[in-house]
Amino acid sequence: MSDTHAQTVPFVRDTMLSEAPPPAGQAGAVRWLRENLFAGWLNTVLTVLGLVAVFFLLRGLLPWFLHGVWNAQTLGECRQIIAERWGPDATGACWAVIRDRWTQFLFGFYPSELYWRPVLALVLLFVALAPVLFPAVPRRLTLFSLLYPFVGFWLLWGGSIWQPVMVLLGFVLGYGAWRLLRDRAPLLAPFAGVVVALLWWLVLCGPLRDLFASILPIGLESVRSDRFGGFVLSLTIGVAAITLSLPMGIALALARRSDMFLIKTLSVCFIEFIRGVPLITLLFTASLLLNYFLPPGTNFDIILRVIIMVTLFAAAYIAEVVRGGLAALPRGQYEAADALGLNYMQAQRLIVLPQALKISIPGIVSTFIGLFKDTTLVIFVGLLDPLKGITDAVRASTDWKGIYWEPYIFVGTIFFLFCFGMSRYSMHLERRLKREHR
Amino acid sequence: MADAVEKPKESFRLSMLIYDTRYRSMTIQLVVFALFVAIAAWLVDNTVRNLAALGKDFDFGFLSVRAGYDIAQRLVPYTQDSTHLRALIVGLMNTLLIAVMGCALATVVGIAVGVLRLSSNWLVARLMTVYVEMFRNVPILLWILLFYTVFTEASPAPSVFRGDEGRGLLFGLFAVTNRYTAIPAIGVDNGFGSLDLGLFPVNLSLLAVVVVLAISLFVRSRLNRHAAAIQAETGRRPVTWWKSLLIVVLPLVILLWVMGVHLLVPTISGFNFTGGVNVPNSFMALWLALSLYTGAFIAEIVRAGILAVSRGQSEAAFALGLRPGRTMSLVILPQALRVIIPPLISQFLNLTKNSSLAIAVGYLDLRGTLGGITLNQTGRELECVLLMMLIYLAISLVISAVMNVYNSRVRLKER
Repeated sequence: MSDTHAQTVPFVRDTMLSEAPPPAGQAGAVRWLRENLFAGWLNTVLTVLGLVAVFFLLRGLLPWFLHGVWNAQTLGECRQIIAERWGPDATGACWAVIRDRWTQFLFGFYPSELYWRPVLALVLLFVALAPVLFPAVPRRLTLFSLLYPFVGFWLLWGGSIWQPVMVLLGFVLGYGAWRLLRDRAPLLAPFAGVVVALLWWLVLCGPLRDLFASILPIGLESVRSDRFGGFVLSLTIGVAAITLSLPMGIALALARRSDMFLIKTLSVCFIEFIRGVPLITLLFTASLLLNYFLPPGTNFDIILRVIIMVTLFAAAYIAEVVRGGLAALPRGQYEAADALGLNYMQAQRLIVLPQALKISIPGIVSTFIGLFKDTTLVIFVGLLDPLKGITDAVRASTDWKGIYWEPYIFVGTIFFLFCFGMSRYSMHLERRLKREHR
Repeated sequence: MADAVEKPKESFRLSMLIYDTRYRSMTIQLVVFALFVAIAAWLVDNTVRNLAALGKDFDFGFLSVRAGYDIAQRLVPYTQDSTHLRALIVGLMNTLLIAVMGCALATVVGIAVGVLRLSSNWLVARLMTVYVEMFRNVPILLWILLFYTVFTEASPAPSVFRGDEGRGLLFGLFAVTNRYTAIPAIGVDNGFGSLDLGLFPVNLSLLAVVVVLAISLFVRSRLNRHAAAIQAETGRRPVTWWKSLLIVVLPLVILLWVMGVHLLVPTISGFNFTGGVNVPNSFMALWLALSLYTGAFIAEIVRAGILAVSRGQSEAAFALGLRPGRTMSLVILPQALRVIIPPLISQFLNLTKNSSLAIAVGYLDLRGTLGGITLNQTGRELECVLLMMLIYLAISLVISAVMNVYNSRVRLKER
């Protein structure tokens, strides 16, 4: 055997070749290009089309951005500077309008000496949100989160300090009543709390407020609602509606899944009605019709009315999202809760809702993003939203007549940052709350 | 032993209404019902008293009063002398038009972008991501205003297209000007006229085309069914593609030829374009903005739908020897559609409701006619807003009902 093989195997290698780098076409940037941009003819065509699109976009937009002017008093001056620098035919952005009027975009017609108040309210908002958003923050801070609505309201609108304090006292009294009765009559306690709070607000709140205000007049200079505008307005409406609509949406979702026919029907009718009509018609209701539905002579703040309507609107959408989360929960979880002997409230609070809400985070956040974007629609009931209200107000001055793109781009960028930030945070939250092992 | 324990006597105490689960739900429902009725009665009572104080009544009679305002774009005949009811119908038609056109374009854009975003091409995938994030994170109102500005501020006046040295039309057919977009119209030499139905006239030529097309499609489906029957019997499918092409195309071509259908290209005469149709810029801006905005959302839905189909499905299809195109149409898409359809419905609904932002660019849709000028002229806030809400609600319910029927047809048939 070995003889025959000696003839067929003339040479056997006894050393290894050293490792060689891959050929140029299979390594580094060339390989990346081949795999990601020029794999096959279809891909190549797409790449070329994409490059052409990018080229034309940049050719149209880049000079305009690069020729931007930041220092000028009027649009005419801007155009003059651009013509001097880049030739008579050049076009350029006139960012000077933003530099000149950015306070209006942010605060509307809020009195300029009081700008510290909305700014402080925003800073405190982040402090109040911290325990909700970040788990590392001490839990003690949630107490401030609960107080924040009153602090924020007082800072933004000003007025006597006794108004928010008296309203807050209603909550405290209601809570006290609930605590007192909780052990003796666990099912009556919530009712008692609500009744006590309502009685306080309806009967005692007003006179006591006036009494205290006359004894001890502490307060901030009050700011009327029509002075609000820009992002202060958007954020006020957005944040208020978001915080109010989440609990309401959860309650509606639970009602819609309830066994009780009447409650289910009411919830379904409400949700389907709100989801079937555009937000504009609801805002119209807020501005035109709410006076019809309330006792004669009632007239309350337009921003408050808008917040109510936007809250109802968002709650219906959140209810549907949460319902999806509840439906996605395996039946076993409900059965396990029953097997443990938990009552309805305990089961929902400890087992069902935490899981269902975790599933619905993406939907809830996108509802919030939509809600925040929709705050621009308040222009149609006469409030100065940052997008159309303020830009129209800016253009109404002779200095900046005829300017279009720059304000839109500025406002659009800020909205983009807010909304994009929210969506990224929700992705982070999803990862953080992920409990299953994969 | 069992008898030793005496059965507890059934007695009803008032506290059982709250503590006994058998009665508790009844109690809660009764309380809720009482509260609901009380609140509703309170609201109605307030409304009645407020209306009385204002000297108004609840009456839809204003709908038959002369409207007296002009509507630029109308699909049904309308003059200043028409009633508010007719203005309402014109507005409703405009809303439906923008909704249908918007949904169509948004679907096309959304599917294309959604598929391209999954493409292995790095550049295209990034570009599509930029598009989706840009449109999703900025208010729709901004896009509408921006598109309107593009049309009104950045397009030339119609006079630019005039004369020998004037600018040429896009593909020789379209002209975008700062007041309107001139597009070709379809001319009919010897059509069948129109039939007046009282409320609005029906174009018989269009009706004829629809009828002929419907008959052709019906015959084609019969042909396909026949072919399937033969295939089931003999195992060989007869060649049908040329027959079905003939059945669909030939009658239509003959009909169009008989009617003398041709394209009317817009030409400039004097200060304006004539011959074609001049679509107002408000419509164009609204249409493009709504479609691109909703398209970005649909793109994400499509992407999620395709990603939801597990990789094993396409691998199995490839292992069976199916080509990528057939894999997509026979294996991936049917499964992805099931995930895509429900959120797609709600996007269509959103688009329809967002079309009420037409007011920002002065396009007179339902919101602009009934909820705008009619409301301001007659001062009937309650009736107008109520009617408007009901109409939008009806549109929404119809859309979701139709789409739900479709959804139940593509749904997985489970046993």
